[in-house]
Amino acid sequence: MAGPQPGLPASGQDEQTPPDGAGPPGGAGHNVPLHERAYRIRRNALRMGEVQGQGYIAQALGVADVLAVSYFHAMRYRPEEPEWEGRDRFLLSIGHYAIALYAALIEAGILPEDEIETYGTDDSRLPMSGMASYTPGMEITGGSLGQGLGIAVGMCLGLKCKRSGSFVYCLFSDGECDEGSVWEAAMSAGSWKLDNLVGIVDVNNMQADGPSTAVLNFEPLGAKFEAFGWHVERVDGNDLEALVAAFDRARRLAEPKPRIVICDTRMGKGVPFLEARERNHFLRVEPEEWSRAREALDAGRLA
Amino acid sequence: MTRDKYRRPAPAPAGSRLTTSAMIASLAGPDQRTRPAPFGHALAELARERTDIVGVTADLAKYTDLHIFAQAHPERFFQMGMAEQVMISAAAGLAREGFTPFATTYAVFASRRAYDFIAMAIAEENLDVKVVCALPGLTTGYGPSHQATEDIAIFRGMPNLTIIDPCDAHEIEQAVPAIAAHRGPVYMRLLRGNVPLCLDEYGYRFELGKAQLIRDGQDALIVSSGFMTMRALEAAEALRADKLEVGVLHVPTIKPLDEAAILREAGRTGRMVIVAENHSIVGGLGEAVAGLLMRSDVRPAAFRQIALPDMFLDAGALPTLHDRYGISTEAMTRRVRDWLGERAAAAT
Ligand SMILES: Cc1ncc(C[n+]2csc(CCOP(=O)(O)OP(=O)(O)O)c2C)c(N)n1
Ligand SMILES: [Mg+2]
Repeated sequence: MAGPQPGLPASGQDEQTPPDGAGPPGGAGHNVPLHERAYRIRRNALRMGEVQGQGYIAQALGVADVLAVSYFHAMRYRPEEPEWEGRDRFLLSIGHYAIALYAALIEAGILPEDEIETYGTDDSRLPMSGMASYTPGMEITGGSLGQGLGIAVGMCLGLKCKRSGSFVYCLFSDGECDEGSVWEAAMSAGSWKLDNLVGIVDVNNMQADGPSTAVLNFEPLGAKFEAFGWHVERVDGNDLEALVAAFDRARRLAEPKPRIVICDTRMGKGVPFLEARERNHFLRVEPEEWSRAREALDAGRLA
Repeated sequence: MTRDKYRRPAPAPAGSRLTTSAMIASLAGPDQRTRPAPFGHALAELARERTDIVGVTADLAKYTDLHIFAQAHPERFFQMGMAEQVMISAAAGLAREGFTPFATTYAVFASRRAYDFIAMAIAEENLDVKVVCALPGLTTGYGPSHQATEDIAIFRGMPNLTIIDPCDAHEIEQAVPAIAAHRGPVYMRLLRGNVPLCLDEYGYRFELGKAQLIRDGQDALIVSSGFMTMRALEAAEALRADKLEVGVLHVPTIKPLDEAAILREAGRTGRMVIVAENHSIVGGLGEAVAGLLMRSDVRPAAFRQIALPDMFLDAGALPTLHDRYGISTEAMTRRVRDWLGERAAAAT
């Protein structure tokens, strides 16, 4: 195929209704409210964080609401059959966020809870940087940052060739927007009018050397994607209602365009004393602080 | 696709396992002498007189010790964001305007992502850019995305490029002024954080392009680079208990190779030559030495390699992985002992 194909099938809206046995909710209990899902994702992440004593804990707490809405509102999948052809694909471009995705995959029933203790330990299936060859539900090997969105473009093209109604969700980060490859993929998706692509950016204003806005000015992010031919939603990524509305609009949009949900999140969300930490790209939490962290999280749990 | 696409089954629950992040900031063992951030301190110091030196990084100043330079010389530090390709292009541009850029990232991202940019913007023009990269070979347990097991293989093919693989903090400190004085592009493999100290005990001085015999021994010669020299020295010491005398030739400059020194030492009769490197068995120091010996009709008593296997390596704790892939001191000692034992048995 040469150039954008107007003939590629659009993602049919009626195909989005989950067929029998498909889709959320996954793990324990139906009709679990999203805030409870988000709480459990955070709790799983804290337990994994404690195994290492340090790591990408603040990111996991920050992005938990986005993952709750992705896995328990937006996406279709079968927990017992992670490679079900009709599933929506979720690509974790940011490999170091694996702790967050494992936490969600456990809550979704795709991974067993008792593997939490193995996070990032020898011979675990849950390595610190997410890899497709290790973990059910981990669609790609991320970690060399800036690669996920390009893979998403190819999967979207492939799904269209197969006349599939599945969406591809690709989670990437503000730091990743520094990479040229992200913008090559963004232009490609816009050019191919990939209406089965939902990009999700976690804008936590942090990357390895410090606050993202100080490292490299990536704003205005929404205007950039718009200029590349995308439909843009920008929301408070810790506001579940706002996220639900944004994901709904992104999925239902009739226009043949890729869609992006830019999520402004707060690192460490749900554990106030971790929220307050400044250097939190790779957070060190002292042994005696873990119980405090769990208590703080529990204190914010909604009934 | 079925489940057997995964590398391993779900693990049995177990007590304490080693964790991946435990040695994230240092390669050093618990009782080892170390020095913090030798590269950052040496560069900051040198830059006080060399006002042409500038630092550029791709969102990894803190993780390549370049933050020390950045704090000392903020006006000469350029944070390029996590964009390795433009960091390299910009370093080329700075070099064209008369500056001497030190560009830092992880070895995987310089070698895999920025290769073409280093080749065409820097090496083809023979520009004075020094690419200094943390996490060379197997120095992180994060898995293939961060393990630069083939960085030397990739860079050896690049004309004009000098490649160095220092052993310890002592050597890194001395290498910084040496590569800054060298005209032309350099790729340096960097140990960061609390870096082990070893070669200072041997009165060693780094010379660009020179291999040096650190220890002599008539039974075998280990030719090594990087921290594998430190381990080779430990292995040689351990093997004395077996009445085996093992020499160690340290080759910090991988390219251009010190051919004279290697031919002289490998050409001594009766010694097994073992090349030990923190790198894939494909395309590293081992193959470079083998090619040199073959071309020069020098035949050691035997030739062996200690190197990483040609595969994408596991994630896990570094000590576990170094043992698993044969580059820990213990694994290396065992293999050298076995090889020498086999030869002795074959000779009788
Ligand atoms: C291509 C590439 N360059 C550099 C790195 C090293 N690195 C790992 S995480 C990170 C920061 C990325 O930004 P972001 O994901 O926004 O960081 P966070 O929000 O997790 O702090 C960097 C530079 C990498 N993994 N991949
Ligand atoms: Mg970020």
